[in-house]
Amino acid sequence: MSYTLGQKQLDSIEDILQQDLIDNGVRCVFLIDMAGNIIANLDNGEKQHDIYSLAALAAGNFGAVSAMAKIIGENEFSLLFHKGKKENIHFNKITTEFLLITIFGNDISLGFLRLKVSESVELLKVILEPLLSV
Amino acid sequence: MAFVNLKNKEIQVKIVYYGPGRGGKTSNLEYIYRKFAKRINTEMVTVKTHGDRTLFFDFLPFDIGIVNGYDVKIQLYTVPGQVKYNATRRLVLRGVDGIVFVADSMAVRREKNILALKNLQENLAVYKKSIFKIPFVMQYNKMDLKEQGIPLLPVETLERDLNSQLKTPSFPASAVLGSNVVATLKRIISMTVASIKKDLI
Repeated sequence: MSYTLGQKQLDSIEDILQQDLIDNGVRCVFLIDMAGNIIANLDNGEKQHDIYSLAALAAGNFGAVSAMAKIIGENEFSLLFHKGKKENIHFNKITTEFLLITIFGNDISLGFLRLKVSESVELLKVILEPLLSV
Repeated sequence: MAFVNLKNKEIQVKIVYYGPGRGGKTSNLEYIYRKFAKRINTEMVTVKTHGDRTLFFDFLPFDIGIVNGYDVKIQLYTVPGQVKYNATRRLVLRGVDGIVFVADSMAVRREKNILALKNLQENLAVYKKSIFKIPFVMQYNKMDLKEQGIPLLPVETLERDLNSQLKTPSFPASAVLGSNVVATLKRIISMTVASIKKDLI
């Protein structure tokens, strides 16, 4: 199965990510599918990451954590977050097929980030959900 | 599950190297990485255990350039071959577009190849994919061991064991020396890209 996103859809996705996340201080955000493909990625221009590797590992990591949850009888873990000294990374699932990953510094609180992420997730769902019914 | 980005004119394709443990899946990727170092501008990602065995997967992004106006980005993955890592194998297969099965030609590994192929069929079924329909290339690896006097299975036997029903293109190869590694890669890329094209039209 392949799927396609057009210019208009990708523009709206990038607008959502820019306004809700990057403009609010997030360093880097990317939207990927569970196969590890990158749909959109934006950053604030400070740092360039190797996003292809990051996406592959993030999809693998998310899959592994979901499988762990099932083994211990949880449907899924609601908070997926790794804390570093300067950089932190947060994962949020969108429908069953997509994943939103944000990288942010210590100047943003986790609570604020989660709030902003969940707002964007609701907006992104509107664009992404129709893809699954194809 | 290939992703087509109409805005950047980019297609992302996922190809997985599958096969029994210690069969040379990682060696295939390592050879490709060395050979095409100039075209691959990132590090090869590999999650290994102590004994140099793949724990989760290896990952190598590979840009093949422009095809029909689209920038085609190939993502090469390997799975851990050891039997006990089936859960991670299944994770890596998610959204796969094409498969290379790296079989071990050593006579002592005959049964392992057959089991790994069966396991692949089962794991693809989880994602409602058929081993008979997905782009698939067979590689009989370790052909170089013949010169060291190690008993190998003749290609005819390997074909009968693994490819009598699939009837897919196959290559005798040596991942360590690099023989037919690129031929295998080229074949799977062309089959996969062709199948995606068909999908989209």
